[in-house]
Amino acid sequence: MYETIAFYLFSALTIGLFLITVFSKNVLYAMTSLAAGMVLISGFFFILGADFLGVVQLIVYVGAIMALYSFAMMFFDSTKSIKEKNTNPALIFVLGGLSALSLVLMFAAPIYNESIQALYPMHEGVGNAQDVGIVLFTKYLIPFEVAAVMLLVAMISGIILAGKKMDQSLTKDTCVDDEILIKKDVK
Amino acid sequence: METTLVQNLPEVTAAGVIIKAILILAVIAAIAGFGTFIERKVLAFMQRRLGPMHVGPYGLLQLVADGIKLFTKEDIVPQNANSLIFKIAPSITAATAFIALAAVPVFPDFTIPEWVPLLGGVFVPSIAADLNIGILFVLGMMAAGLYGPLLAGMAQANKWGIIGAARTAIQFLSYEVVTGLSILAPIMLVGSLSFVDFNNAQAGGISHWLIWQQPVAFVLFLIAGFAETNRTPFDLLEHEAEVVSGYATEYSGMRWGMFFIGEYANMITISIIAAVVFLGGYSEVGIGWLTIILKVGFFFFLMLWVRAAWPHVRPDQLMWLCWKVLMPIAVINIVITGIVMMV
Repeated sequence: MYETIAFYLFSALTIGLFLITVFSKNVLYAMTSLAAGMVLISGFFFILGADFLGVVQLIVYVGAIMALYSFAMMFFDSTKSIKEKNTNPALIFVLGGLSALSLVLMFAAPIYNESIQALYPMHEGVGNAQDVGIVLFTKYLIPFEVAAVMLLVAMISGIILAGKKMDQSLTKDTCVDDEILIKKDVK
Repeated sequence: METTLVQNLPEVTAAGVIIKAILILAVIAAIAGFGTFIERKVLAFMQRRLGPMHVGPYGLLQLVADGIKLFTKEDIVPQNANSLIFKIAPSITAATAFIALAAVPVFPDFTIPEWVPLLGGVFVPSIAADLNIGILFVLGMMAAGLYGPLLAGMAQANKWGIIGAARTAIQFLSYEVVTGLSILAPIMLVGSLSFVDFNNAQAGGISHWLIWQQPVAFVLFLIAGFAETNRTPFDLLEHEAEVVSGYATEYSGMRWGMFFIGEYANMITISIIAAVVFLGGYSEVGIGWLTIILKVGFFFFLMLWVRAAWPHVRPDQLMWLCWKVLMPIAVINIVITGIVMMV
């Protein structure tokens, strides 16, 4: 009873918030509704009894969207609306609609067919964290390691892209000092 | 001993949880208000001043005066601000601080006596929501609390505010890694994410406290906890000397008060986590309720003490400290803990 109410509440809120994310032209509204939607998705995990995954969803997306905010802060004025340049709205509508439809069909097919079953059901008396850990380090070990390597690659390439002037201090404004010296020389 | 106690406890009902939630809200909000008075007094004595003295005996009623001022102050929303987000932001800080408190043990459990009308015989648990992943939930909720300062800074159309918001983001991205990694080593030793298991694992006197096995993790967690609650030396978000008041520049009245209550509730939460995870929690038989209050009080005092003793750090110093010093130490600590456990 409570779970049904909670499920429909979370569903309505999540869909509403993500609609705001897509349709809003204000970067602050879009980001905030995205963050709130991501937090609410963790509610579904709690309803299903997957406490650990719910908390992981919370922690990961809170951090990830915080990083996204910092980019939004750098590129946009958060108090004004943004004028979007849509060169071909019809094409975007068709492509977006088709991909959404195919995703829904992909996920709905096994449920409709009633052939969906839990390969690794939860054990009574064993915590969520242990269950996830056992599956992650036995059956899904190789995808797990590959994901780790991919993150490492992304991190190293990020450092290389950003780190061209890493030996110079950003806080000591050496350029200004140099300019002053040059002016003195000219005098 | 503790296990038999736990088995004999009555069933937790919805009424008990609701009473507990109201208790936490009322008591922690009051303590948070009282905390401001204690902070001013402690700082004053450390700086050879008297602090608030004029309102009431020893300035005790200063608290009431401040409360009346906050409640009756005009509530201003700046002209170009995004008013919806501006109004939501303070409640995010306050709400997440109290949601985090739902999963930590606050005050001992008790049963309401039978003679009380309506609620007689209801058992009130010590943890409102006894999740078996309590620590992760609390840390995640406290992390979500930083959306308050971030949104406040971005919504208020003020340059100091946006600097405060930017500092919120870098502070969050710096300390979050250290918090998680530092608390991972004790979690490995205990083998559980539940506060109750942590408490029971340390039953049996001071020599069983986890701080003796994990001193490095304790220091790292404390440093990250200071950054998490925006306490000096890491209060970059509202550094008065540099960015006026940071994210709170445009706030006044109760909205500002909600940021404040959230910050003090977070200080209490961090103190409780440190006390339960590293200092044995409430595991002493009989006087557990007293020792946990003393431990939490000690950590609260430590935060004020550090504020009086240390200067602020710069944002780049915080990032340097977290990513280049604390994170490698935390990783090495985890590896050593793992080796010791396996050998």
